[in-house]
Amino acid sequence: MELKADNIIREIKRAGIRFIVALPDRVTSEHLLKPILQDRELKVVQVCKEDEGISICSGLYNTGQRALLLIQYTGLLDSINSLRGVAVEGQNPVCMMVGLLGKEPDVAPTQSKRYGVRIVEPILDAMGIERHLIEQPEDIMKIVPAVERAYERSAPVALLIGREPR
Amino acid sequence: MMKRDECLKVLARHRTDEIVVAVYKAAQEWIHISPSDLNYTFTGAMGQGSSHALGLALGRPDKSVIVLDGDGSLLMNLGSLATIGNAAPKNLVHCVCENGTYETNGAVPIPGVRRISFAGIARAAGYPKSYEFDKLDDWEREVGRILKEEGPVLVDLKVEPGEEYPEDFRRLYSVEFRDLFRKALQK
Repeated sequence: MELKADNIIREIKRAGIRFIVALPDRVTSEHLLKPILQDRELKVVQVCKEDEGISICSGLYNTGQRALLLIQYTGLLDSINSLRGVAVEGQNPVCMMVGLLGKEPDVAPTQSKRYGVRIVEPILDAMGIERHLIEQPEDIMKIVPAVERAYERSAPVALLIGREPR
Repeated sequence: MMKRDECLKVLARHRTDEIVVAVYKAAQEWIHISPSDLNYTFTGAMGQGSSHALGLALGRPDKSVIVLDGDGSLLMNLGSLATIGNAAPKNLVHCVCENGTYETNGAVPIPGVRRISFAGIARAAGYPKSYEFDKLDDWEREVGRILKEEGPVLVDLKVEPGEEYPEDFRRLYSVEFRDLFRKALQK
């Protein structure tokens, strides 16, 4: 079952997001980030390190703009302290779309053979960060409500991309 | 070398309606020297001031944004110089209060103290202009013009501690004041 990249981009826009803050991730680069870079309705801010993106999204939020941080799970792991201080304690609705590089298709992240993938959901749970797995075509419909809920709660959310969108 | 609070007082005299992002010691002093709901001090983690400032500058291109960064803080997020250089917000003035130490964390010197050129790194990272000031008179003479320049601009302010100001962590970090900032920005 394919994840359609076009549908993900459509839902990102439907969620009112106009800024994509990104660091390339092998899972999402080809079919999400590259088309987004060409999309005139979305402005891309390329970062050198993912924790910058958490703060850029927060700055944008505080001006009334909606943003999405498009990164790999390794970058999420690298950004734990910013997630803690900026997003959770700072009550900024940082919306993250996170590629789970190396996760086997149709295997739950916590059951992956990859240690790095297995620990992502437990870490988010320990931090009290809402998460949603986007792996099946119908999961794409979770994007808009998850973003809306993040802004209502003024809290971060992680949308975990479980397979490469095409 | 300039006393930091005197340096900030010069900037305050030239401030009109700019957003000012401030971190650590500069933030503790700035909230007393130039109180305003447009002071943004809710940066959440060390090094993140410049990145918050970039988000604010991109989200409100009609408003000028000044960031009062630290040298230790900027070293923790040096990549932000390349990110800002690439995003090229015209409305961002990036001041670095270079005191040469991690003052809040015990005044231990930063690596490369007084040998690193923040102005040089910024130019190499794509900032069209950067400046260094170590004399108050020079800063006073140039600050008005610099605030009107097309950014991003980096200003390295070579400072040492001046007068002591009371610390107010609630003002700096509470969400209540962050929400006041959001309201003030909507006006």
